[in-house]
Amino acid sequence: MATQLEPDIHADEDAFRTEVQQFLAANFPDELKNKGNALAGVDGPTDETPAQKAWREAVGERGWGTPTWPKQYGGGGLTKAQAKIIDQEFAKAGAYNPIGGMGVMMFGPTLLEYGSEEQKMEHIPPICRGEIRWCQGYSEPNAGSDLANLQTFAEDKGDHYIVNGQKTWTSGGQWADKCFAIVRTDKSDKHRGISFMLIDMDAPGVEVRPITMISGTSPFCETFFDNVKVPKENLVGEEGQGWTIGKRLLQHERTNISGGGRLASMMGQSLGDIAKKYGETDAAGELADKVLRDKIADFEIRWNSFLLTARRAVEESKAQGGVSEISSVLKKLGTKLSQERSELLIEIRGLQGLGWEGEEFTDGELEAVRGWLFGKATTIYGGSTEIQNNIIAKRVLGMLDHQ
Amino acid sequence: MAVLNEEQEMLRDMARDWATNESPVTEFRKVRANGEPHAYNKDAYATMAEMGWAGVIIPEDHGGSDFGFLSAGLVVEELGKTLTASPLIATTIAASAIVLGGSDEQKAKWLPKLASGETVATLAVDESAHHDPSAIEASVSGGKLTGKKAFVHEAHGADLFVVAAKDGLYLVEKGDGVSLTTRKLTDQRSHADVNFDGAAADKLEGGGDSLLDDVLDRARVLTAAEMLGMAQQVFDTTLDYLKQRVQFNQVLATFQALQHRMADLFADLAQMRSAVEAGLQAVDGGFGVARAATIAKAEANRVLHTISNQGIQLHGGIGMTDEYDVGFYLKRARVLESAWGSSSYLKDRYAKLASY
Repeated sequence: MATQLEPDIHADEDAFRTEVQQFLAANFPDELKNKGNALAGVDGPTDETPAQKAWREAVGERGWGTPTWPKQYGGGGLTKAQAKIIDQEFAKAGAYNPIGGMGVMMFGPTLLEYGSEEQKMEHIPPICRGEIRWCQGYSEPNAGSDLANLQTFAEDKGDHYIVNGQKTWTSGGQWADKCFAIVRTDKSDKHRGISFMLIDMDAPGVEVRPITMISGTSPFCETFFDNVKVPKENLVGEEGQGWTIGKRLLQHERTNISGGGRLASMMGQSLGDIAKKYGETDAAGELADKVLRDKIADFEIRWNSFLLTARRAVEESKAQGGVSEISSVLKKLGTKLSQERSELLIEIRGLQGLGWEGEEFTDGELEAVRGWLFGKATTIYGGSTEIQNNIIAKRVLGMLDHQ
Repeated sequence: MAVLNEEQEMLRDMARDWATNESPVTEFRKVRANGEPHAYNKDAYATMAEMGWAGVIIPEDHGGSDFGFLSAGLVVEELGKTLTASPLIATTIAASAIVLGGSDEQKAKWLPKLASGETVATLAVDESAHHDPSAIEASVSGGKLTGKKAFVHEAHGADLFVVAAKDGLYLVEKGDGVSLTTRKLTDQRSHADVNFDGAAADKLEGGGDSLLDDVLDRARVLTAAEMLGMAQQVFDTTLDYLKQRVQFNQVLATFQALQHRMADLFADLAQMRSAVEAGLQAVDGGFGVARAATIAKAEANRVLHTISNQGIQLHGGIGMTDEYDVGFYLKRARVLESAWGSSSYLKDRYAKLASY
């Protein structure tokens, strides 16, 4: 392990790039090349190979998995430009960022904004080192799109709360160490009766049951709280501030679902190229099925204009120093187009593209089927498309201003 | 909106002020009422040229400002918002052909006049009601061009035609051997079938084999910029209308069915703007132009088609009246959707460029 260097934010970019390259050469094991980050997802347990563990620890020690987070909490303390260099160099080396999951994507940024000093010191460093997996306790059986209707109740017992109720769609709940949850502390006020608190998943009274989805996987759980004791220091912000904090966190979630770069690289292979492998071509080398060809081109043109829109949202936000109003359309567009792509892939492959299991199907074919099914969730969770439309109409278009 | 530099912002603001104050849709109504075949106000075009708008893509040593296509698109978008009738786009497209393919002599002869507004020019490619640059029959023999061009934009005001013949692009001045048959289209602008019968033709020798495609891509992005202005205007006008109109004792904007439709149109419009601006920027950057221009025009076609229809539907009965402007956008929209590539043409082109 190389000596830990104090990153100099004034160092010029070339020097930093060299530093990242040297770090990769010294620490990134070949056997992990072009593999994904198993721990960042919600669909797998936490078993790590020794190589994965060593790589996670190497990145975590420098805080480079959360490069722009403050150094005093274990982040990299780097500039955005330096973070971009890390992204670029990791990508070039075929290296994944081993620090991920909901702690990085959603909870961490929210806690940095709303948490107390003690809470940040306690919870942020383990996230930066990839040691703790977080899950989200938001939805309930009767609080989906109408999230503020949640009923899980935290009763004030002086120095602690006693929590009773049920959460659902808890992503990765069966593998999580801790849960950030919004719960009711006051039954008399729908929105201001909600508080944001942190619950240990191994606390007595917490029970987790995985839900099998139409895709055959169980990335979500039902989580039951039966007289679970939560110390008061686990309350984030003030009592009753939970709705505000919880909504802020959802903004981070949507940014991640609409996904700029990751989604783009996932969609890398041209559907036209795939279709040429599965179908006939004519003398000109074009797809013989002209109707399908038209559908693919129609999709790819719209997919491109979506990617251009995602890029424009970033550029505008940077130039304005605030969130661009077109950011509001990225979630609904990105998820809809991803679903369309999955459907087209099935049309291209025919029944060969609907395999459930078996060696007659390639891994890619089987994964596409599961992805197609699981992808139906993307327009429902994180604020359904209908909720996105409400938000656009109200906040961007001002359609309720004259009520 | 793309992130602009200071000079681009000034240009856009100037165009916006002028279009709003000097060239609102009432000016287009006057042009229509006058019924002149060239279908634009020549004084207004002279003013536009004086402001430098005809020379935005023309090099400085030929009398232009060389600001580029994104800048030209900003002006065109503002003019599209108010349906300003002018040969600005046609002349700019023609000028781009001379910039790309002209000799020093041709450039020196024509570009300053195009930039100053003294000469109006247009591009004549298609020979039927559909855009098809692969089906050109016009030919040149001994410096004389013979052939028929269909539905040529701004033909009546044009002093100079950039004409696609089998073996390349030619400059043909109006006069002997050039005759027009007016084709009155629903947008009430200037369109004509142009018959070239042994007209003197001066070939654009530069630009290589891809000259026609390169010029057409410039035509696509500029046309898409006009369409973007139109789509934005219909969207804004419709949204304002929904916020004012009361039915069932309720402002229409408070109905969720209409909110969600507007949210969809807002997302469509965002995609259209991204695609169009990227197309203009690709021309300026000189990279990936064919693909970017195809995406730009295809998205412009798709979104303006939807928005122009929804503009009528959401206005209800008043949208069906000639007194109301929204119908003008619908009629102009379909003409421009057809120009330089319909949606089906462009999808085919996209697939060809991607080798499937």
